[in-house]
Amino acid sequence: MIARLVVRRLLISIVILFAVSLIVFFATLLLPGDPARAILGQQATPERIAAINAQMNLDAPPWTRYFLWLGGLFTGDLGTSVATGQPVSELLGERVGASVFLMVAAALISVPAGILLGIYSALRRGKAVDSAITGISLVLAALPEFVVGIALVAFFSTTVFTILPAVTMQPPGTQVWDFPLQLVLPVAVLVLVVTPYIARMMRATMIEVLDSGYVEMARLKGVPERRVVLRHALPHAIGPVAQVIAIQLAWMAGGVVVVEFLFRYPGLGQALIDAVSYRDVQVVQAVTMIIAVIYVIVNLLADIVGILANPKLRTGGES
Amino acid sequence: MAEQTPELQPQSPETRAVLAGDPELTSTDSTASKEAHTGGRNTVLTRFWAQGQAKVGVILTAIVVGLALIGPLLLPWATGYTTTEFAARPFQPDGLFGTDNLGRDVWSRFLGGGLTLLYYAALATALGMVLGLILGMLAAYVGGWLDSLIMRANDVLLAIPQLVFALLAITVLGPQGWVLVLVIGITHAPRIARVARSATLGVISEDYIRAAEMYAMPRSRLLVREIMPNITGPLAVEAGLRLTYSIGSIASLSFLGLGMQPPTADWGLMINENRIALSIQPWGVLLPVAAIAVLTIGTNLIADSLARASASANAGDQS
Repeated sequence: MIARLVVRRLLISIVILFAVSLIVFFATLLLPGDPARAILGQQATPERIAAINAQMNLDAPPWTRYFLWLGGLFTGDLGTSVATGQPVSELLGERVGASVFLMVAAALISVPAGILLGIYSALRRGKAVDSAITGISLVLAALPEFVVGIALVAFFSTTVFTILPAVTMQPPGTQVWDFPLQLVLPVAVLVLVVTPYIARMMRATMIEVLDSGYVEMARLKGVPERRVVLRHALPHAIGPVAQVIAIQLAWMAGGVVVVEFLFRYPGLGQALIDAVSYRDVQVVQAVTMIIAVIYVIVNLLADIVGILANPKLRTGGES
Repeated sequence: MAEQTPELQPQSPETRAVLAGDPELTSTDSTASKEAHTGGRNTVLTRFWAQGQAKVGVILTAIVVGLALIGPLLLPWATGYTTTEFAARPFQPDGLFGTDNLGRDVWSRFLGGGLTLLYYAALATALGMVLGLILGMLAAYVGGWLDSLIMRANDVLLAIPQLVFALLAITVLGPQGWVLVLVIGITHAPRIARVARSATLGVISEDYIRAAEMYAMPRSRLLVREIMPNITGPLAVEAGLRLTYSIGSIASLSFLGLGMQPPTADWGLMINENRIALSIQPWGVLLPVAAIAVLTIGTNLIADSLARASASANAGDQS
């Protein structure tokens, strides 16, 4: 039963990714300009252009190129960057790790923080603490990430205090996590932007569940309050929250672009911005696909968590 | 600012009130007392205006919108400079708020730089609303294969983060105003379509719809005259949310250097141009950041208050 649902979701995800790859590939066909000419620059002679075209399969019909490109995605061959002439996979290799590290660090802080704040807020419903959490999260939820980022930079790096570095500086041969102090602000921005949504949803579902019949029943039976919250209420509330967490984490795959640009963090997002400025199609395609894959995987995981956490499905009581 | 989740808005009015975050509105007697306050009239608007945060939201929004509308009219006589005129050397404390990276007057550029952002954000929101509304209502009303097609296409579009999708479009079509409006509008559409679809499904089985069908009212007229007026509540909330996100997205793209192009005076672009001098001449960054922050907080407060007002309206209908 559960296995069938999971397989179904997996198949849907794969179909979605294929459709995304179609959009990404055929959208960039609209682009004017000749990649071979762009790579060669001043050294462009007809023979060299023909050679590059043959090498990059640019003379093949679009459908053939699409399947060659798609096949390349599976084997790790992401094409050649028009701007630098390097293979895209080489260009992005370390950056994927850096970006994923940033997102995982932010997720590890914001998910527990959001859930705890939401539960706490729900248990103190209507009290001052609750109003404060609700109000602050409403304000934070409105702010674009670069606004949060610049506020933090102005406060901690330049204008008020100068205790944290405002940009990431990474000597070649080192990894981003070798300099934990530089990670504080980028991670903090992501956490501040994502946590309010998780907390708001957690609070809403928790309040609903706490008012429900089975929680009242458990309380009437004399189950200790801590156990009521953790064993009876939380599993029912976590399903919808898992969805919101997924959307937030998946959103991070896009939001990380702005944060990386702001802090000059050497990740995928920075590469994407550079590639868009240079109109480096191969890199844009590759980064868009990688981000879409991250996005779809996160959503898939959330759906699976939702399926597993749903007590009705777990006991097989309902079809 | 991250992604809110229209598809997760629970259907029961109770939950919607809870989600909106106001414990008072979930109890029926408070609705009654509010009715007394407003002298018997109890519409969504009166309930909206009865909330303190709605007033704050409207005032905040009005301040920034007023500034952006009147600002360009004050130039150059009030400040002495136009938005692109050189006033002094770069990053000097001349004038009210100093000069920017090219020595232009920050105060003039700030006054002149809000209108394009507002204009593009409003257009993008309107486009998204129209597209989403048509698709969502058709999906719900026609049903069958059209419904499946529209909703699956939605899933595909939703698998690419909005900002990344915008960057893809900008790579292909270049950073122009209409591209920004088009791509932000299109990426809003699936999210709005989901809300419109579920709201339409909620009213479609009502008797007045069946009556209209029996009078053989044309389908287009039925959708516009009978269904649309009855789903304005959720749509208004959605419009408010989407406006907040449009402002954030367009400002973010300008901040990345891929939205408005120099020498336009634009808040997002100003932040990009002046952030290198955050520590010596912070006004070029802080003024536009503050304006964008106040504006998005204002529109988000309005959206949240609308959500509460229409949630309690539905609760009132059923009690």
